[in-house]
Amino acid sequence: MLDIIKHYKFWFTVSGIILLLGIVSLSVFHLRLGIDFRGGASIQISAQTRPDTTKINQVLSKENIGNFVIQQTGSNGVIIETAPISQTQHDQIISDLKASVGNFTEDSYTSIGPTIGSQLKSQAIYQLLLVSLGIILYIAYAFRKVTKPITSWKFGWAAIIALLHDLFVVIGIFSILGHFFGVEIDSMFVTAILTVLGFSVHDTIVVFDRIRENLRVESGKSIEDIVNHSINQTLVRSLNTSLTVLFVLFSMLLFGGVTIRYFVLALFIGIISGTYSSIFIASPLLVIWQKWQDRKLKRA
Amino acid sequence: MRRNIRLYLTLVFILLLAAFAVYVDLPQGSKISLKWMKIPYENTLQTHLGLDLKGGAYLEYQADLSNIAQNKRPEAMQSASSAIERRIYNDGVQEPLVQTSGNDKIIVELPGITDISQAIKVIGQTPFLEFRTQGDTSQPQQATVDASGKITLSPYSGWDTTGLTGQQLSGATVQFDQSGNPQILLQFNSDGTKLFSQITEANIGKPVAIFLDGSVLSEPTVQTAITDGQAVITGQFTIQEAKDLVTNLNSGALPVPIKLISNQTVGATLGQDSVQKSIVAGIIGLLLIALFMLIYYRLPGVLAIFALAIYALLSFAVFKIGLSVTAVILVGLFFFLAIASNWVFGIFAFVSYFGIMFLGGLNPVTLTLAGIAGFILSIGMAVDANILIFERTKEELRSGKEVYHAVEDGFKRAWPSIRDSNISSLITTVILYSFGTPSIKSFAITLGVGIIISLFTAITVTKTFLQMFVGHNVLTHPWLFGVRRKKHSEPLTSGENK
Repeated sequence: MLDIIKHYKFWFTVSGIILLLGIVSLSVFHLRLGIDFRGGASIQISAQTRPDTTKINQVLSKENIGNFVIQQTGSNGVIIETAPISQTQHDQIISDLKASVGNFTEDSYTSIGPTIGSQLKSQAIYQLLLVSLGIILYIAYAFRKVTKPITSWKFGWAAIIALLHDLFVVIGIFSILGHFFGVEIDSMFVTAILTVLGFSVHDTIVVFDRIRENLRVESGKSIEDIVNHSINQTLVRSLNTSLTVLFVLFSMLLFGGVTIRYFVLALFIGIISGTYSSIFIASPLLVIWQKWQDRKLKRA
Repeated sequence: MRRNIRLYLTLVFILLLAAFAVYVDLPQGSKISLKWMKIPYENTLQTHLGLDLKGGAYLEYQADLSNIAQNKRPEAMQSASSAIERRIYNDGVQEPLVQTSGNDKIIVELPGITDISQAIKVIGQTPFLEFRTQGDTSQPQQATVDASGKITLSPYSGWDTTGLTGQQLSGATVQFDQSGNPQILLQFNSDGTKLFSQITEANIGKPVAIFLDGSVLSEPTVQTAITDGQAVITGQFTIQEAKDLVTNLNSGALPVPIKLISNQTVGATLGQDSVQKSIVAGIIGLLLIALFMLIYYRLPGVLAIFALAIYALLSFAVFKIGLSVTAVILVGLFFFLAIASNWVFGIFAFVSYFGIMFLGGLNPVTLTLAGIAGFILSIGMAVDANILIFERTKEELRSGKEVYHAVEDGFKRAWPSIRDSNISSLITTVILYSFGTPSIKSFAITLGVGIIISLFTAITVTKTFLQMFVGHNVLTHPWLFGVRRKKHSEPLTSGENK
């Protein structure tokens, strides 16, 4: 039997380091926002052979559109990102580009005004709060019958801390990816985060459910032993479930389209973190908290 | 014995359901008709792909409501969106979708339109309708030269503006005179009525021209002063011309200025590419899961793969047939009752779903790229319930129980965690659905439906399959369940009801 509770300091340190790196990156580099949050336009074009990016650069420099980014995509495509542009500007750019690099097809064109971007941003935060609230309430309800020795709201808080852990791991890693690899945060990323939160709690609940059951069945034993035993009983299930989800995500990462690559990556990182946190963070927290409270009671 | 009959019935039901799902899932539109039962229901089911997969334009407009009274705003939004809808229909776009969103947004979806400039022109150019009176006809057109040397000709030479425009028009309708010739009836609002009565009074015997986007639409001659705010345009119209004119006049009266705030256009090739890649990714993901389940869980693994296949078929069938809020609530409720109290409720779940379907109350799920991702993700999550059950069953086997009871108890004890853990994911999907963009909504629906159906398949399909094998006293060796035990399993006692 793995003794996870005994080595909790090690696991907390591992998480602490990852979180610290993420938070430092967040406060220094911030997040690189995609066009749906900051407003802007994105044009994806492709031709038999990839349109010449240097020529595109020359054409765009002459247009009066401010900063722009040119990226290669797929085997023969190019993505151009600019500040918000008008329809006339867009038509002008396309005809100028065609004159310079030859004929191509415009695969997609997205333009998002700055107001809608800030609305999406506040909506994302709103959703995040709602999901967290919904989950806290649900856990408090699901574990309402557990009273001794660990109260139901302690389960709730431990699950929330594990949830925050996963949230910051994913956001932190994406902040680092954003700074070094230009990975952008869009509304799909927010969706991924919310899905990860659901999954993280999903995983935590299975472990907690076992603890809940064992608290009843093995009432004589110490809390450490009960929690540790519960983790070991659910370990295989936790790993297997995450593995099957990771299998499909891995397959989507490799064979799915470029469009949802970072969405899938966020899910991938989040689900690993979610599985890890329910075993190595949420459960030890319960024990530490309970023991700390017992000591306080004894002293009083 | 009763146990066996129920088991067989469930198995037959599952197989029938799977066969039905296969039929629905067939790529060429599957037709469902109840005409032979004298029920007027006929429907050809098709997969509905989002704009990002089949190509098309998505436009989002914001209306400027600052000049509209608070209580009139919803009405103004509604009439603005119907004005846009009329414009698009006139332009002959297939299956357009125009809807209001939030307080001041209008969303326009134009499948198949990839020339976005064209689409924007059709909608964005709010036609400008105005009434002009005859000015000094001897005046020639005036040309002005501005600082940059650009020459502008004064438009509408010979006609003076009156300040009466489409803004003051409350509606136009086609009517017929005594001899059956079509006429157009204009109705002004209160401001328009006042203005129109002044104009007509001052122009008796002279023509008043109606301009649409700068060209003369009609030039009726004023007979008498009109004070009731109604004007009739007579002329040599065909019925079609009159109808078109009325449509133009009505759509000219866009009640609020609108501004394009975001647009997204995807070409058909990019969409097809995404569909193909998603299918490949989904199949490979499924194969990886199947392989894993087979190696790790052996016999139950094989059964879980079948359950998973049925799960995928059912989910896809539901996406094609459709959903509605009522259906989700009713089916969900009966389903949970079936598990919590009596399996008979399960029948109600199916009856209510098909009932709503035959009443035509279901809307097909539009699959976007994110929606397909949600579906593929739900396949991975669907395995979870199976794994929980198997792990519990293995534990029961290790504790020395014989296989039938181990399966029963495994299911019973796994249920609370399956229920609790999936509800947290369902909470997330509900919130995502309530606030998301269309793409995110699609993700939330496919994931949510996937979770609910996965609960059904794990609890009904996997369990029935497992008990079928156990009930026949075959394949009950613990090795098949991936459990090593020193003592050989005891022979099964039959006829034991729980």
